[in-house]
Amino acid sequence: MKTFLKKTILSTSICLTAVTGSALSYAAADEVKVGFVTFLSGGAAGPFGIPARNAAELMIESINAGKVPAPYNSAGLAGAKINPIFIDENSKQKVADYKKLVQKDGADIVVGYISSGSCKAIAPVAEEEKKLTVFFDCGTPQIFEDINTKPEYLFRTAAHATMDNVAAAKYVLSIKKDASSIAGINQNYAWGQDSWRDFSASMKKLKGGVKVSTEQFPKIYAGQYGSEISALLTKKPSIVHSSFWGGDMEALLIQGSGRGLFSRSQVILTTGETAMQRLGPQMPNGTIIGARGPNGPLAPDNELNDWFRKAYFDRFGSYPTYPSYHMVQAILGVKAAADKAASTEQNKIKSALKGLDFTTPSGNVSMALSGGHQAITETAYGTYKYNKDTGKGTLVNIKRYAASCVNPPANMKSLDWIESGFKGANCQ
Amino acid sequence: MLTAIAIAVDGLGFAAWLFLSSVGLTLIYGVMRILNIAHGGFYALGAYSSAWAIGLYLQTGSTVAFTYLLIPLSAIAVGIIAGLLIERGVLRFMYGRDEVLMVLVTYAIFLILEDVTKIIWGTESLVAYQPAYYLGNIDIAGIPYTVYKFALIGLAIACAAVLWWGLNRTRTGKLLLVVIEDREISSALGINVTLFFTVTFIIGATLGALGGAVTAPQISVVPGIGAEIIVMAFAVIVIGGMGSIGGAIIGALFVGFARAISVHLYPAAELFSIYLVMAAVLAVKPYGLFALSERRKI
Repeated sequence: MKTFLKKTILSTSICLTAVTGSALSYAAADEVKVGFVTFLSGGAAGPFGIPARNAAELMIESINAGKVPAPYNSAGLAGAKINPIFIDENSKQKVADYKKLVQKDGADIVVGYISSGSCKAIAPVAEEEKKLTVFFDCGTPQIFEDINTKPEYLFRTAAHATMDNVAAAKYVLSIKKDASSIAGINQNYAWGQDSWRDFSASMKKLKGGVKVSTEQFPKIYAGQYGSEISALLTKKPSIVHSSFWGGDMEALLIQGSGRGLFSRSQVILTTGETAMQRLGPQMPNGTIIGARGPNGPLAPDNELNDWFRKAYFDRFGSYPTYPSYHMVQAILGVKAAADKAASTEQNKIKSALKGLDFTTPSGNVSMALSGGHQAITETAYGTYKYNKDTGKGTLVNIKRYAASCVNPPANMKSLDWIESGFKGANCQ
Repeated sequence: MLTAIAIAVDGLGFAAWLFLSSVGLTLIYGVMRILNIAHGGFYALGAYSSAWAIGLYLQTGSTVAFTYLLIPLSAIAVGIIAGLLIERGVLRFMYGRDEVLMVLVTYAIFLILEDVTKIIWGTESLVAYQPAYYLGNIDIAGIPYTVYKFALIGLAIACAAVLWWGLNRTRTGKLLLVVIEDREISSALGINVTLFFTVTFIIGATLGALGGAVTAPQISVVPGIGAEIIVMAFAVIVIGGMGSIGGAIIGALFVGFARAISVHLYPAAELFSIYLVMAAVLAVKPYGLFALSERRKI
């Protein structure tokens, strides 16, 4: 009798497990697990990681509810709801975290990574794991030009640093035609080095005879730039270029403006937009500001942008900065691909995303480079002006650059393109 | 000539900041033989509390001058509260344990303090630049420097002088030197070693917090700043000799000038220069320039 009871209990348990399991599998088919990796702690969290996570939360809720304006007004990704898993990028074991996200947590898609260092580490792993991975913000051109030259599962929906720095050179020369020397202060890792490489190479091509006064590469998160600012003041360059971001950029602003760096040289901050709201009166008038694409105050007028800015402000009490826009680009890129494929199956989404053109609050995104895996967009720069009456900073003298003007063509590496004299660039 | 002047001023300024940020670490090691990784946490707490207090105070529309009082007050508050809690709540149960274990314990405390700053102040950066600007600028050979930078150099010199005077010219200081020399004999002579440990830890924590508090007006206070300082402070006290106040001064000057020379003359080696100095010193003096002598007990 006891044996019978045992058998009955065991078989019932197996049946129940099978039934429950199939129910779970059925439920899982109606949702897509998306792993989001951004800085949730550390120096990059406040200005980058948290605005990106905020944008992700807003977009996930809106997409799941079908509340995003057209053409994204259908609910979910091809009807399946997004089930997010947020992971902190501020980790010493980024690869292990990624593998855990894919293997243990069962993420169907990974959207993430702000730091170029993180992207360099994850780029080969995404291919090994054969997992659809979308880099949303990191900027080093090395990802598809050197590290992952034949991408299959890896995409990047934001344009890379070459666009930011070619446009920066074009803009600064349009307002400071007599510039004779340049200097750079950039962080000592892929992002800072690549940014300076592209900016200085572009300046040399666009204005023959321009000299490099000094190239400063302090350690990322150094925070103290007294000596570097002295070096910049001593060399007296016409233009100072910086791709500093986050707390480092804010520290450079505080220390540099206090010592007259911004009044002695024309300073260009390629990521300056993220500090405009926070450091309004502290940001010196006349500073050239970029937003890594037509984002934030440089974003075009369109229905998606109006909706996004309002929804973000209503929910978080501040306007979205470019990391938020980049996150939206990635999510909408995945949604556009899933909707086009009418499927949440990885292979179908990645085939649809390859070479896709899709619209975002920042305008059109075209997956035009690296076999359809790397995005290009138009971009814009402006000059900062603080309005004492309103207590807000604005950008004036905004100039826009077409994607085909400031991005390399599909068959050329960034530096080769710049050194060829921007061969094939269409700036009309 | 211009570059030489800039190197001199920048080197001195950076050395002053390094000394203020690392002296608490060497003091605690000298007395307690604890390599206090939580020092980075005190630095961050000092920076956050100072920036937060300055921001709160200036919202009232009052004069900036009073903020110079808020900066040390923030550091003292952090030093007393956090220092006392950690020493009485955790470290006193660990005294006499292996030094490596104490590194792990203080590292754990550092991680906890990192989260404490996030819980209290969130992940947004805090900016409180007004005290750094209020004193204005001074031109040296045509290069503008903030007067605040020179005030920090003065503060570093004052701190060093007070510590030297306190250790060598006061009864308590002399007793502390006895404790540093030999804990067991000190205890046998009737010196309350436990009390000295507690007070030293609070002073060390306050100095760590002071380093952060005076730095706050010059930077954007963000999560993670404590981790950056601990590496630099460690390099300084290793060069000077762990546990030596004089060594911290020399170590700070070595690192400060190495970095300034590199930034002005060969920027590519900026980070390398600091560790080159450290490696060179340790190659000649493996325990640092002014390491405390260890008496062998039989």
